[in-house]
Amino acid sequence: MSVDVKEIIRPENIVYKKSSALTDNPMHYCPGCTHGVVNRLLAEVIEELGIQEDTIGVTPVGCAVLLYNYIDIDWQEAAHGRAPALGTAIKRVRPDKYVFTYQGDGDLAAIGTAETIHTCNRGENIVMVFINNGIYGMTGGQMAPTTLEGMKTATCPYGRDPKRDGMPLKITEIVAGLPGASYVTRQAAHTANAVRKLKKALIKAFKNQEAGKGTSFIEVVATCNSGWKLTPVDANKWMEEHMFPYYPLGDIKDE
Amino acid sequence: MKEIRLMKGNEAIAEAAIRCGVDAYFGYPITPQSEVMETLMDLRPWESTGMEVLQAESEVASINMVYGGAACGKKVMTSSSSPGISLMQEGLTYLAGAELPCLVVNVVRGGPGLGTIQPAQSDYFQAVKGGGHGDYKLIVLAPASVQEMADFVELAFDLAFKYRNPAMILSDGMIGQMMEKVELKAFKPRWTNDEIAQMHPWATTGKPKNRKRNIITSVELDPLKFEAFNIKLQAKYKAIEEAEVRYEKIMCDDAEYLFVAYGSSARICRKAVEILREKGIKAGLLRPITLFPFPSNQLKELQPQLKGILAVELSMGQMVEDVRLSVDSKLKVEHFGRAGGAIFSPEEVAEALEAKIIGG
Ligand SMILES: Cc1ncc(C[n+]2csc(CCOP(=O)(O)OP(=O)(O)O)c2C)c(N)n1
Ligand code: SF4
Repeated sequence: MSVDVKEIIRPENIVYKKSSALTDNPMHYCPGCTHGVVNRLLAEVIEELGIQEDTIGVTPVGCAVLLYNYIDIDWQEAAHGRAPALGTAIKRVRPDKYVFTYQGDGDLAAIGTAETIHTCNRGENIVMVFINNGIYGMTGGQMAPTTLEGMKTATCPYGRDPKRDGMPLKITEIVAGLPGASYVTRQAAHTANAVRKLKKALIKAFKNQEAGKGTSFIEVVATCNSGWKLTPVDANKWMEEHMFPYYPLGDIKDE
Repeated sequence: MKEIRLMKGNEAIAEAAIRCGVDAYFGYPITPQSEVMETLMDLRPWESTGMEVLQAESEVASINMVYGGAACGKKVMTSSSSPGISLMQEGLTYLAGAELPCLVVNVVRGGPGLGTIQPAQSDYFQAVKGGGHGDYKLIVLAPASVQEMADFVELAFDLAFKYRNPAMILSDGMIGQMMEKVELKAFKPRWTNDEIAQMHPWATTGKPKNRKRNIITSVELDPLKFEAFNIKLQAKYKAIEEAEVRYEKIMCDDAEYLFVAYGSSARICRKAVEILREKGIKAGLLRPITLFPFPSNQLKELQPQLKGILAVELSMGQMVEDVRLSVDSKLKVEHFGRAGGAIFSPEEVAEALEAKIIGG
């Protein structure tokens, strides 16, 4: 039986459409990069919760530096690692707004470790989104605190050696140990199922903020196909095989 | 109703901040300015005016909290002393690059390094020449009394919001710690969120349907656009130089010898002027109140009547460079200073003028 495409493409058949909170700007990310998927999810969540007029986002240094171009809300662009400090202040001077930060592993787990830990420890009532692709994408693929043991990067060309560089930092587990963090979860965005789970986690995090529950921390184990020098499909496979065993998915804390 | 109190310079900063409707203070303890936060925590302004006060984990975090709050259009401030201000340089250049108003108080102590907790004026370069990376300026006010510590809080915020630029009160350990009589102003209400949205349309207040999203940022990857932005910044600094120079002239009308000194040095020079006048030497003092913008034209105007200038500062010679740039190279300009927390007496300063300018 031949299928008429026009029969399928009808408004009532639409399953996914572009979120109205997304702008029309083309994204600058490499094709296959996880950042784009998470950006879109954030837009969907903001739209679905109806909080577009009441949300202030904080963007990082790193590949997501221009994230403010993609979601139609008010934004502040932070210095490298300092997003949690901005988030702290925004929420404190505007407790009536929803505030979220968005950071990579270099941003959140290296230069901004102190801000990350103290913000979560104070239980600042914000959502923190942490994209862990195990590498510094923007600056050309250098080692991150989360780079896996033996993984090759521009600054560990023979592979990360824990004797010299320490073991990959599980900052999310550290955050989970802080009383101020009420919801700590590790998710991914490589399959439709993972995307649905991640979206649920994001919705929960924003609702927690509404309920004044303290910091919600969502790690997304992500790929950087360019930095890893793999095709997007192979990068996803590599992530499943290597990243997930060290960074297991699922809720770590939900209070 | 005016209220007169005896208080420390640091306490005056805190009291004035609450009274002029500051929305938030983010800071980290360091001598000789810790009384600013201590006073705020003691007064509990979150209960009276709604002002937020938070002890951050570091100066790096404090200044970036200032950034976050300032971007919301709020009156936000921090205070620190020299080593802490060095850590804040990153945040300051971002604030300048994002054109955000805020107040940073530096109660200077002797450096370099961990240095001393005694007063100094050796952060002049860092305050007026940029400090962080990039071509930018802070508006810098130099109080010489506890009264001015209080008054300059409001003035700094007025200027910061007028020009959308960070402002700094450059004080030192002497004025921060000394006690003097202060006349305090009446309480002003904090701006409401609606007022902020009206007055500061650039602020991140949440994007209503009827306006485009506000993006507070200092990143621009297109070199030509970023050059244009830099040119715009320079035009702003020029406008500040034309409109906002503040200074005080003491016995300058007939002066032949001039001290140029700010802050605590200026207090000491004032006495040195008296000592020299008693000896029949026509000395005067020009006290810059704004260090950026520097009163260059006022110095230039005095030049024809002058035989020499002594720049007096608690440093090994920083402001003296701006004095030299202000006047003709034929006029004798010398520097007298002490460093590392050591302070000069009025007699020492008077002698220095006689030795370096008149005799030298
Ligand atoms: C103070 C400072 N140091 C270094 C840099 C350079 N820099 C830009 S992005 C980046 C790493 C970002 O990596 P990550 O946070 O993992 O994000 P990704 O690019 O992988 O998304 C670095 C080191 C900077 N911008 N500022
Ligand atoms: S460099 Fe890596 S993290 Fe950056 S956009 Fe490309 S794939 Fe994504």
